[in-house]
Amino acid sequence: MLNIDSLQKGVVIDHIEVGKSMEIYRALELDKLDCSVAIIKNARSKKTARKDIIKIEDRIDIDLDILGFIDPNITVNIIDNGEIVEKKHLSLPQRIVNVARCKNPRCITSVEQELDHVFLLTDEARGIYRCAYCEHQYQDHK
Amino acid sequence: MKKKIISPLDLSTQDIDELLTLSDRIIENPQAFAHKCDGKILATLFFEPSTRTRLSFESAMLSLGGQVLGFSSANSSSAAKGESVADTVRTVECYADIIAMRHPKEGAATVAAAKIDCPLINAGDGGHHHPTQTLTDLLTIHRLKGHLDNLTIGLCGDLKFGRTVHSLIRAMMRYQGVKFVLISPKELQIPDYIRSDLEDGGFDFVEAERLEEVMPTLDILYMTRVQRERFFNEDDYIRLRDSYILDKSKMELAKSDMIVMHPLPRVNEISVEVDDDPRAAYFKQAKFGRFVRMALILKLLEVA
Ligand SMILES: [Zn+2]
Repeated sequence: MLNIDSLQKGVVIDHIEVGKSMEIYRALELDKLDCSVAIIKNARSKKTARKDIIKIEDRIDIDLDILGFIDPNITVNIIDNGEIVEKKHLSLPQRIVNVARCKNPRCITSVEQELDHVFLLTDEARGIYRCAYCEHQYQDHK
Repeated sequence: MKKKIISPLDLSTQDIDELLTLSDRIIENPQAFAHKCDGKILATLFFEPSTRTRLSFESAMLSLGGQVLGFSSANSSSAAKGESVADTVRTVECYADIIAMRHPKEGAATVAAAKIDCPLINAGDGGHHHPTQTLTDLLTIHRLKGHLDNLTIGLCGDLKFGRTVHSLIRAMMRYQGVKFVLISPKELQIPDYIRSDLEDGGFDFVEAERLEEVMPTLDILYMTRVQRERFFNEDDYIRLRDSYILDKSKMELAKSDMIVMHPLPRVNEISVEVDDDPRAAYFKQAKFGRFVRMALILKLLEVA
């Protein structure tokens, strides 16, 4: 049984915007893990009013590019012996593959199913991603 | 120069200078280029029909002594049997030295470019890029105005959905002292990302709703069609429609050396009475389109 408050060894994905934890759970394919995973929604936080947290009871490798794409303000803490041994800070990845799908109905990816869905960071300051094929802006991103 | 020309911005300003200079040489002495592409084959892969563009490419290659093969619609191609763009171009690369392709979906040429080694020209991918149209426009301006900088260019009509307009704005933004006058109904103004490019770049641009108001300021007027169904309501359409139709009376307001351009085909946005005006450049544009495609093929095949 996973003790939510005192994880001995594992990964804590912290400062997730409220409501985004399930999106991250799916994007990181945490459902495929055998270890315990706890999703804590609407946790109280000092930094923001409310936040979501995901605790994973194993030292798995997290795809930081996917997390950075979803929200670069998320923090990833690596826990060992009940203590944070490493804090990973995220940045916007230059290129993401098959994380988000292009929603432009006129895009070549809408008719050719085998193509990878690739987005490129085209404006770092504004955090804007565009489809590598049709250059349509990725919409669900802030 | 890049070997895959997908977007007008795949060409540097130096590339464009070279292409325009080469076009000048071809125009002055076409015979000197009549055998430059002997033994070379251009494949025109048109997954959607565009007779005008396809003929322009084929005419360009034939004028260089080369030969052409290809298809002119998806129905007559392997795409009808469900073959991917990538597989089609990989196969065609075995039969041709250079490929020009048109496809109804945006980004199709990017997919193709990643799969082949031979030169590729995007002849239009949906409403996305069409670099040889932009080159045609630039050659027209270069030939008829003598320079690409320090010009006031008016773009009139559907500026929201008009691909040629967006590409031309982006291309002209690379030259000094270019002023943009954007004439459209409110519903069809340029998209925000182009407006922010103009603002970020510190460009001089004005937006107007009526052509009559700005006509005297223009060195170039680039007309595009405004479709009735693009208006949000009938009242606005009736109020504004005549503002987007170029006729003799509006031409009287223009400078004596202004030029009128249009990507063709036109419907009624330029009255036929303007055709005989020496400032009407839209039929000359088609001719320049052939020359600039000749120049591009020569450069990409490295036979210039
Ligand atoms: Zn796309």
